[in-house]
Amino acid sequence: MSAGRRLALALALLGGALALVAAISLFVGSAALSPGAVVRALAGRAGAESVESIVTLQIRLPRVAAAALAGGALAVAGVAFQGLTRNPLAEPAVLGVSSGAAFGVVVAQIFGFGLSVLEALGVATFAFAGALLAAAAVYLVAVVPGGLSIQTLLLAGVIVGIFFTSAITVLISIVDFNRLGGVVHWLLGNLAPIPAASLALFAALSLLGFWLVLRHARELNLLALGEEAAVQLGVDAERLKRRIFVAAALLTGTVVAFTGPIGFVGLVVPHLLRGVLGQDNRLLVPTALLGGGIFLLAADTLARNLVSPAELSVGVITSFCGAPVFVYLLRTRYRVSL
Amino acid sequence: MNALVEFASVGFTYPQPERTREGGFTLTDVSFGIADGEVFGVIGPNSAGKTTLLRLLTRVVPAERGEIRLEGRPIARLAHAELARRVAVVPQDAPRPFPFSVEQLVLMGRYPHGPGRFFESDDDRALARAAMAATGVLELAALPLEQLSGGERQRAMLARALAQEPKLLVLDEPTSHLDLRYQAETAALIRRVNAERGMTVLLVSHDLNLAAEVCDRLLLLSRGRVARVGPPAAVLERDTLEAVFGCAVSVEVNPVSGRPVVQVAWPQEVKRSSLAR
Repeated sequence: MSAGRRLALALALLGGALALVAAISLFVGSAALSPGAVVRALAGRAGAESVESIVTLQIRLPRVAAAALAGGALAVAGVAFQGLTRNPLAEPAVLGVSSGAAFGVVVAQIFGFGLSVLEALGVATFAFAGALLAAAAVYLVAVVPGGLSIQTLLLAGVIVGIFFTSAITVLISIVDFNRLGGVVHWLLGNLAPIPAASLALFAALSLLGFWLVLRHARELNLLALGEEAAVQLGVDAERLKRRIFVAAALLTGTVVAFTGPIGFVGLVVPHLLRGVLGQDNRLLVPTALLGGGIFLLAADTLARNLVSPAELSVGVITSFCGAPVFVYLLRTRYRVSL
Repeated sequence: MNALVEFASVGFTYPQPERTREGGFTLTDVSFGIADGEVFGVIGPNSAGKTTLLRLLTRVVPAERGEIRLEGRPIARLAHAELARRVAVVPQDAPRPFPFSVEQLVLMGRYPHGPGRFFESDDDRALARAAMAATGVLELAALPLEQLSGGERQRAMLARALAQEPKLLVLDEPTSHLDLRYQAETAALIRRVNAERGMTVLLVSHDLNLAAEVCDRLLLLSRGRVARVGPPAAVLERDTLEAVFGCAVSVEVNPVSGRPVVQVAWPQEVKRSSLAR
């Protein structure tokens, strides 16, 4: 089967699965709504002020959309970082880039940015700047003549992550805690409902990052052979690396700005997809967008319902899935590639 | 014959931190030409500058002094893809963090012919299959590279370079990981590619005898400078080699091909002392 056909088939299957998980997520939750009530609300046949309308349209629907977007963007960022660093273990949280973005968000909150669209754009800008800063720091710490070694890169990511997490703690301690009320909960990943206009901004920024990575998916394949080989095959490697770097930071910063630093999505989803589809980034990038959405949506549905009426942070679920995958990769793939 | 490649007083120095790495130092005033259609060899001791010369030619690093021209045009003014449509490299074995299949690897050789394309065209796929057939890896097309032997992997990389349809095929140490049989096959392949496809071949190797056997002309590098250029019999001459390599050698003539054969003049056997037991 040609690559194009495989991609179409995979996208159709994943699209169906995403619709299914989204539907399930709309129908379950701590507010005990009957399926009929949810359908009525979705069809617009329930009163605007009715409980089913508010729960379904103003709480569950935006949350489903945010989860799908955040998961998709994080998985694409994972594929991008893996291609950029030629390291199957790279992803935004492991590399400390999420922590840098989170630092940016906390700084923005100190400046008093709120929830309006314009302010959300401000927060996203700070998060993007933080992500760029952290990614540049990791790169500078890890780079040696001849490339990036897997071990050094991971260590650099850990160090940079710790640094920014500490910086966040310092900020929280010295600034009036009430102004940063939700920060601690948010730091574990928070898919609280986002206003529709901000959600649109979230989608636009995520899709911009996705498009940048997708455009260069074929070149990312060549970069996997090493920078020298990529240049000899006609790729402008320096330009490619800059663009992927910016796109991955944009995706990470955007997700962190709107939902907090959710870890391991960028590791688990691309790894599963690689197992089925192989290493071709032209297949991985678009399927990661859908696959990441499915994964985070499922994780969030679990987080909302496992200990209902209380709620787990979605980051807890993704970490419980991601940590074993990380260890598995570290013990297997990591070894052969040494 | 027209010159396909010209090096005109090319100089290059690696930045300080890289100087400690293998192959890293200075190239000084390197001038030579490769004629269209010839098989040209670059030889020399380790860290004589062979790898650097190859990197300069493929614009992995830019020349600091002098100029490198391809078909009369300075390569610094060619886009990367334009250069890759004319010059293809068969690298030494490289680390591969992601297990691509043989076919995926070979299809990558089609990139410079359509960098704007998302998927390869049917023509690209047909050319890739033909290249795999030419180097005998067509039946391995679906296998991940990791599962191939060193020789098979080398032939897969050669197939990728052929799929690139270059004017100049560069082979970087093609026999460094291969046993005798594959060395013979490599020599045969170089001749076939040159004769049947009319490709100019640049062979970079520390294997003097392979180079002497298949090349029309040789360039001997020594400490970043050109020591000799010319036909194998003129370059592989005892005094020159002893000076460049810093050891005693003997040069004979292969009775079949008439080409020079270089051997180390091994030190005389030393009588074992009764203490060394």
